[in-house]
Parts: sequence; structure tokens; C-alpha cells
Amino acid sequence: MYIDPHIHMVSRTTDDYARMAQAGCVAITEPAFWAGFDRSSPAGFYDYFRQLTESEPRRAADFGIKHYAWICINPKEAEDPGFAREVMQLIPEFLDKPNVLGVGEIGLNKNSKNELAIFEEQVAIADQYNQLILIHTPHLEDKLKGTKLIMDAIKRNTNIDPGRVLIDHVEEHTAKLVLDEGFWCGMTLYPDTKCTPQRATDIIEMYGSERIWINSAGDWGCSDPLAVPKCRVEMKRRGHSRETIEKISFGNPQRFLGQCEKFTP
Amino acid sequence: MSVPIPRSKVVDLYFMEHRAKVLDIAAFLDRHDRAAVDSNEEDFRMTALRTAIEILLDGQGDRARRIQESFSDHSTEPIEKAAMQGALGAIRKS
Ligand SMILES: [Zn+2]
Repeated sequence: MYIDPHIHMVSRTTDDYARMAQAGCVAITEPAFWAGFDRSSPAGFYDYFRQLTESEPRRAADFGIKHYAWICINPKEAEDPGFAREVMQLIPEFLDKPNVLGVGEIGLNKNSKNELAIFEEQVAIADQYNQLILIHTPHLEDKLKGTKLIMDAIKRNTNIDPGRVLIDHVEEHTAKLVLDEGFWCGMTLYPDTKCTPQRATDIIEMYGSERIWINSAGDWGCSDPLAVPKCRVEMKRRGHSRETIEKISFGNPQRFLGQCEKFTP
Repeated sequence: MSVPIPRSKVVDLYFMEHRAKVLDIAAFLDRHDRAAVDSNEEDFRMTALRTAIEILLDGQGDRARRIQESFSDHSTEPIEKAAMQGALGAIRKS
């Protein structure tokens, strides 16, 4: 039994839901993100948010998987602040939906001034509506700088409890920085550009199994919706206990997400 | 938390996988050498890769973290404007 706490099912097939269910997936959470192209209007986001809150939960339920979502404007489409603010006006309506757990995945992409401004405004929305926050950190060479800018920005909003914020896509150079500041962190099992199951397991061995989860971030790109069960197998072949494996892939996501009363996997 | 298995078992489990990856790197460098030269300067990504390979061989620990840091942007101020959406995997050092 496992939870994949970060996967973009709008880009995946119904066969993927079937395979995930067969591999033991009981719940997923789907953050709002870029869909591989820039949407041309806030109405495009409105329809996307409806897909996340109406159609995907139904598709998942056919396979006994509970579907939860996060709502926001993602950093890749936040370079135009006027456009981003129009989309942000839609957020409160969707925070009330029964499967929405919080604001996410907000964050930075290229570490620009506009991205940072929109990020801070969405942290303020999460604060105003008392929501959990799921954070996207930049890719590759931009990750270290972006992770630091994100943590500094959150600390500037003194109302935010780091225990209610999960900073995702950490790797060897950012996991400890995030954990040391009291945040939760996520490791993404993604071909080439993020962690492999082997390296994710190494990071758990180096920095411990507290406040950390694994996810597939399966989406429209080359990615693997079965990455979480594959990492469970990697931990098992390396001799980790059943308790540790369950904690990383079920107990920890349940603890973080369960801070929102809507989450009942 | 430590590695639950001893060194000999680490080698048993992972040697073949990483033997293959070392050959991939060697063949990639050879392929790069065999290809026609179309620039006077080495691509910054190749320079970054050579720096990473030096870290592999320096005999110190924490290689993965240090290689990640060697590929990273260490500036601290947000940039004026995002000129692209993607990332290249290494920093162009001027
Ligand atoms: Zn994502």
C-alpha cells in the first residue's frame, strides 16, 4: 500500500491508474502545474482546475484510488504578473472543493523577480486561508539558488509554520538545507533530471526518514508513474525494514497531508 | 541511518550497473572527440562535466552533493526576467 503524493494524472492514461492500483497505490495528490505549453487565458486555468477537482477524482475512483489536488498558478507561467494575478483570483473558489488540500505547487523556475513576487503573493493566500503549501523547486543548475530564495521568502512571512510546508524535488545538495529549517521535503523519482530510486534511498540513509517523502511527479514528459513502488523495491533489496519503507511511502505522506482534515486515504 | 548492507554486498548489488555507467561516460567523451569541431571554445556543459569527473577522483566524500554544487548557480539575487523556461544542467562561467 502506498501514496504517490505528487503526480500529474491529467497527462497520464487510464491504463496508468490501473497499473498504479495493481502496484498498491491507494491515494495520490495532484498539484496544479504547467501542462507542457502556456495556457492563453485565465479561462484555460479555470477548466484545468475543474479537471483537477471534478474529472480526475472520478477517473481515479474507478480504480479505488483517492485523488486529491492542489491549486495555484505555477512558476513557469508566472513571468507575466498581470496574467498570474488574474489566475490567482480563481484560487479561493477552488480551495473549498472537497479534494483540494492546499496551495501548490508554487515556487520558482528560473529564479526571476516576477516569479518571486507571485510566489510570495500565493504564500500570502495560503496564510490567509490557512492552507498547506506544496512547493516546486527549480531544475538542475537553478535548484540550489531557488531553494534558498524560496526558504528566505517563506521566512519573511512569519505566520507560516514550516511544518505545514513541503519543499519538493530536493536532491543531495538541498535536502539537508530544507530539513534543517524545519520544512518537510519531497524527493522526485524522475529520469535524468532528478533522483533515481538508488539516490533517493542514499539521501534517506544520509539525512534520515523524518519529514521526507518520495513521489514520481509523473507528467507529460518522460516519467514513470510506477516510480514510487520501484523505490520501495530498491529500499527492500538494500535491506531496509518494512517499517522504514512504509514510513517513507505511506506514513509520512499521511502525516503531512493529514494536517488538512479533508485527507483520509 | 546507515547503509543496512556491508560493502561487499553494495558491490554485489551495484557494480554491474555502475560499470556500465562508467563505460557510457567514456563512450560519450570519445563520441564528442570524434565529432567534427564546430566551435573554437569547448561547450560550457562539457567543461562542467570534466570538473564533475575531477570531483569523482579527488578521494573526498560527499561526491554527489559536491558535484550537484559544482553544476549549480551560486549567485544569490533573483534575475531580472526569465528568458527561457527550461534549464541546461550547468552554469556558463564567464
Ligand atoms: Zn509537479
